[in-house]
Amino acid sequence: MIEIKDIYKAFGDNEVLKGISGKFEAGVTNLIIGGSGSGKTTLLKCMIGLHQPDQGTVEYDGREFTQLNFQERIEIRKEIGMLFQGSALFDSMTVEENIMFPLNMFTEQPFREKLDRVNFCLERVNLEGKNKLYPAELSGGMKKRVGIARAIAMNPKYLFCDEPNSGLDPKTSIVIDELIKELTEEYNTTTIVVTHDMNSVMGIGDYIIFLHEGKKFWEGSNKEIAKTDIEELNDFVFASRFMKAAKGKF
Amino acid sequence: MNFTNFGKYILLLKAVFRKPEKLKIYVKAIFQQMDFIGVGSLGLISIISTFIGAVMTLQIAFQLVSDFIPKTIIGSVNRDSSILELSPTISAIVLAGKIGSAISSEIGTMRVTEQIDALEIMGINAPGYLILPKIIAGITMVPVLVIISMVLSITGGYLGGTLSGAVSAAEYIQGVTTDFNPYTITVALTKAFVFGFIITSVPAYEGFYVKGGALEVAQASTRAVVVSCISILACDYLVTQLLL
Repeated sequence: MIEIKDIYKAFGDNEVLKGISGKFEAGVTNLIIGGSGSGKTTLLKCMIGLHQPDQGTVEYDGREFTQLNFQERIEIRKEIGMLFQGSALFDSMTVEENIMFPLNMFTEQPFREKLDRVNFCLERVNLEGKNKLYPAELSGGMKKRVGIARAIAMNPKYLFCDEPNSGLDPKTSIVIDELIKELTEEYNTTTIVVTHDMNSVMGIGDYIIFLHEGKKFWEGSNKEIAKTDIEELNDFVFASRFMKAAKGKF
Repeated sequence: MNFTNFGKYILLLKAVFRKPEKLKIYVKAIFQQMDFIGVGSLGLISIISTFIGAVMTLQIAFQLVSDFIPKTIIGSVNRDSSILELSPTISAIVLAGKIGSAISSEIGTMRVTEQIDALEIMGINAPGYLILPKIIAGITMVPVLVIISMVLSITGGYLGGTLSGAVSAAEYIQGVTTDFNPYTITVALTKAFVFGFIITSVPAYEGFYVKGGALEVAQASTRAVVVSCISILACDYLVTQLLL
């Protein structure tokens, strides 16, 4: 479980996060949603330590993260898997080398065992046999899946996904969403997905936080979101004509 | 602003020299970088050094037109100039352009495509993993390249002088071998060591803190080469002042 308490973050005069708190449980898919500039990615970066919050705390299963120094953070970071918006695969490495990279860095396993783990992860994301391809040879959806494979290589307790559906067609988006949900339930990971994709919200949002102007405006599940009367949330979730028409049927 | 940058540069270096996560991986990366910096630059350095040596001989011969000055002086002036200044400094400036821009754009691209963030999230010390092998390769391979450059520059002087008839082979060789002070090699290698550090660490710093996209990566590469060249010239003066 990850708990954030009263997170504030500003860049100069621009206050991006204004006191956000929340509890993200293990085994369920937690979503952070909000419009562009609402602070979703900044919140995610504060949680994983890429930004230092001005105020507030982040706890990983009771272990306070924000005040730790670099060395102390490493132990928690070894338990984190992250899928980046642009996949962030290492260009100069093959798919196999990308997935094996954290295993090479942090384990003493023999090569055969590491290769088995790589193949298992690739199988898990339906990319068997793509070991020797370079990121430049992969489609956007395949890159995301390799990103997921790399993120789960070390059996993470915490899985973060930053806009996993951006730039993908609707069918591939659903495949990625279902994969994230499956992995979360199977390995009981604490999964946090930052998204503004409404298919994801309605499809896998077990627990959703809606950010608006740097504040937590609403929290609940995907079933509850369809029934909400909050204007700002409705404007965001049911922005398109199709979603407005479909609202009553959720 | 420049003080801020200098402070950030020092802090980055502090992070670079943290204990490596896994020595074996770092050693492999060091050898890869040595191949890139050393072997990859050998051709360029060889061509430049040979021609500079040849041109130096011709220019010295042109300037020393007097019956009172023995022609052997051409060889000794060429030797000392090549060892003390031309080989270390010209090689370093050329390498700053070739290697510096490559390092800066490589690390800068990794920054804007979130690859550095990915390393940090995995718990890897990104400055150490990305920059330390480059610095170690730089401070070892640049002196090697400078030694090769010295030899080729003096050889180029011989070829230029004898082919043009500006100096005879015997006079040139006598000049090169007379009154040789081995301390000049120490000075040159000290310079090469310092330049090797600058050529790798300054571009790495510029690339590591890039913000934006392709345009900013290109600007960082340009800045890396300019700052490296100025730093090389300033350190050239300082080392010369201190050691000679």
